[in-house]
Amino acid sequence: MPIKKLSKHTVLKEGTILDPFNKETYKADLWIKDGYIEDIGKFDVPKSAEIIDCKDKIITHGFCDLHVHFREPGREDKETLDTGSISAMAGGFTRVCVMPNTNPPLDSPESINFIQKKAEKCPIHIHPIGSITKAQDGKYITEMALMFQEGAIAFSDDGIPLQDGSMMRIALEYATLINAPVINHAEDECLRADGVMHEGVISTHLGLPGNPDLAESAMVHRDLELAEFTGAKLHVPHVSSAKAVQHIRSMKKKNKNVTAEVTPHHLFFNDKALRSYDTNLKVAPPIRTEFDRKALIEAVKDGTIDCIATDHAPHTIEDKETTFDLASFGMIGLESAFGAANMVLVEESGMKLIDLISLLTVKPRKIMDFNLDLFKKGVPAEIVIIDHNHEWIFDKIHIQSKSENSPFIGEKLKGRVELTLSGIYAYKN
Amino acid sequence: MLKQKHLLGLEDYPAKDIQTIIDTAFNFREVLERPIKKVPSLQGVTIVNLFFENSTRTRISFELAQKRLSADTVNFSASSSSLKKGESFKDTAQNIEAMKIDAVVMRHPTPGAPKHLTQFIDAIIINAGDGTHEHPTQAILDMMSLYEKFGRLDGLKIGIIGDICHSRVALSNIYGLSTMGAEIKVCGPPNLIPNFLQDMDVKYNSSLDEIIEWADALNVLRIQKERMGRGLVPSTREYRATFGITDERLKKHKKEIIIMHPGPMNRGVEIDGVVADSDQAIILDQVLNGVASRMAILYLLCGGKANDGDD
Repeated sequence: MPIKKLSKHTVLKEGTILDPFNKETYKADLWIKDGYIEDIGKFDVPKSAEIIDCKDKIITHGFCDLHVHFREPGREDKETLDTGSISAMAGGFTRVCVMPNTNPPLDSPESINFIQKKAEKCPIHIHPIGSITKAQDGKYITEMALMFQEGAIAFSDDGIPLQDGSMMRIALEYATLINAPVINHAEDECLRADGVMHEGVISTHLGLPGNPDLAESAMVHRDLELAEFTGAKLHVPHVSSAKAVQHIRSMKKKNKNVTAEVTPHHLFFNDKALRSYDTNLKVAPPIRTEFDRKALIEAVKDGTIDCIATDHAPHTIEDKETTFDLASFGMIGLESAFGAANMVLVEESGMKLIDLISLLTVKPRKIMDFNLDLFKKGVPAEIVIIDHNHEWIFDKIHIQSKSENSPFIGEKLKGRVELTLSGIYAYKN
Repeated sequence: MLKQKHLLGLEDYPAKDIQTIIDTAFNFREVLERPIKKVPSLQGVTIVNLFFENSTRTRISFELAQKRLSADTVNFSASSSSLKKGESFKDTAQNIEAMKIDAVVMRHPTPGAPKHLTQFIDAIIINAGDGTHEHPTQAILDMMSLYEKFGRLDGLKIGIIGDICHSRVALSNIYGLSTMGAEIKVCGPPNLIPNFLQDMDVKYNSSLDEIIEWADALNVLRIQKERMGRGLVPSTREYRATFGITDERLKKHKKEIIIMHPGPMNRGVEIDGVVADSDQAIILDQVLNGVASRMAILYLLCGGKANDGDD
């Protein structure tokens, strides 16, 4: 088991504390007792304490991912809550929200309770997202209020776009009862048709059926209008196109209830990478053009996009080692997330490290109303220790997920999570 | 002999190598005119024709080419295979290679499938059509046929007529012909024309009459019945009236123009029977050149093995 239990007393020595909530950076020691923060600053360390040298390292909040697929129940051969937790900790994540497109889907209070019970035994915080419609068939809304009571923190039919505009309206209106965000995988299925990659110059060259950016932007636009109309909270997942960014940017000027996320892979790759026909790059929504990639970076910088989420989507080798049409959509992303995002946003685009950290910590937590002020006495430890200058080549050995479907294998990343602490648990890379 | 080990497509395929294949194909064309049409060039070479999608003429053309070169051939078609039993593409490929074969000619419904195959096996791979991506041997036989007629490819004006979006023949023709210096315009219903053609130096003109005025030769694509079903084309009647190569339309223009068609034809839809059977149509020459071109490709790619391993 790569996850260890911390000693009763653990002290992180001589690190630089980067507190994304209070927007402060300072040198201090940090003392964890029984999985809770005991003190920050200068203090007398108990003799029995385990000392972790953090010199030249950044100590910050554990990352929070609003979008992962842990495949339990149903596809435990791809991932489980346990293996997903290890994968998350390897990537610096101490809190994740699991999508409900499992088998059976998380569409009832009982299934939410199933996840909650299992999650209690996991080393990280796992929050179930409930499905919007029963069996994710787009026809009848789920028992959102009861599911919310059981711990569902948001609602989504992720993987399956909610095609019917009137259903989306009903779901948004109903969700105002509990004020939980609704997350719709925005792709018009008719416009997407049988597209397997972004429709553009590259898809024309490759002869692969294209999925146009309008399939996303048209539905994002519909959802934004409905959110404004209903007053509900709308969270737009995995924004991939410049056109969708434009719609979100203009709606955010008048509606504070709209939030959006972007994945590291949409920030990192463009559709030219598909020339390899690497099925690990087959993802929904698709990897788009360099123009779109640049627009996403800009949207992150100006706050149009609120946070980074991985859309960690494990698949078996058999699901991916096949021809492009048959390969499943999705890629894993937890282990490579920080290195990829840091490479693109800080190294290449000049963003400040603290702003990138915010995209992985306070900003996603705020969307789900999680505790934000984590560097305080008495708070359960959710801590990550980073070497942000470390350059490395991402490889299979860095993967803790049960699946290996990552197009980042072989890519140079910058910034490495060294140690992740979640309560009494620790994962060291 | 050729720069690349496989023939996966004509995108970025060197002009020199296309010319070598065409020149070699003309030599084999002579062989095909002889009373005894067989040469021992690929004796001892084993080739598998791996057809995951139905094909009559391409498969027969390859098979004949292989037999004329004295290669040993095995045919595999999806309908008779273990694919129906759920075996994966990778397993099928690796099992066949385990039987010690030298080359694979593959047709597959998925773009990129031949490239995938190169990751699983070591044999030489020839793409006999991968979905809506490429059909390089068809484009080579088309170019050979044009070369036969005009004595050159450089500067030729070629119109490609029909469903460009779903055509591997169109894409390979565009790559091959533009590499060889020909000028290409496409014509067809706007919804069957890719939006991103500019990048390939290909112009679109929706007027078939203007294309006929301009072109030296037309490559007329088969309009597939299922496109009608999906409503991409309103009706056979409208298609014929707008994009059909009819006798009266050609007569109106009073000019010499060469008509090609990769087959199988829908007589009375994209091409009139009278036109298909006329002297300006070189459709049956294309068929013969298909065998010669495929002989050339097989010889140039697999010949090294036959010639006492001298590569």
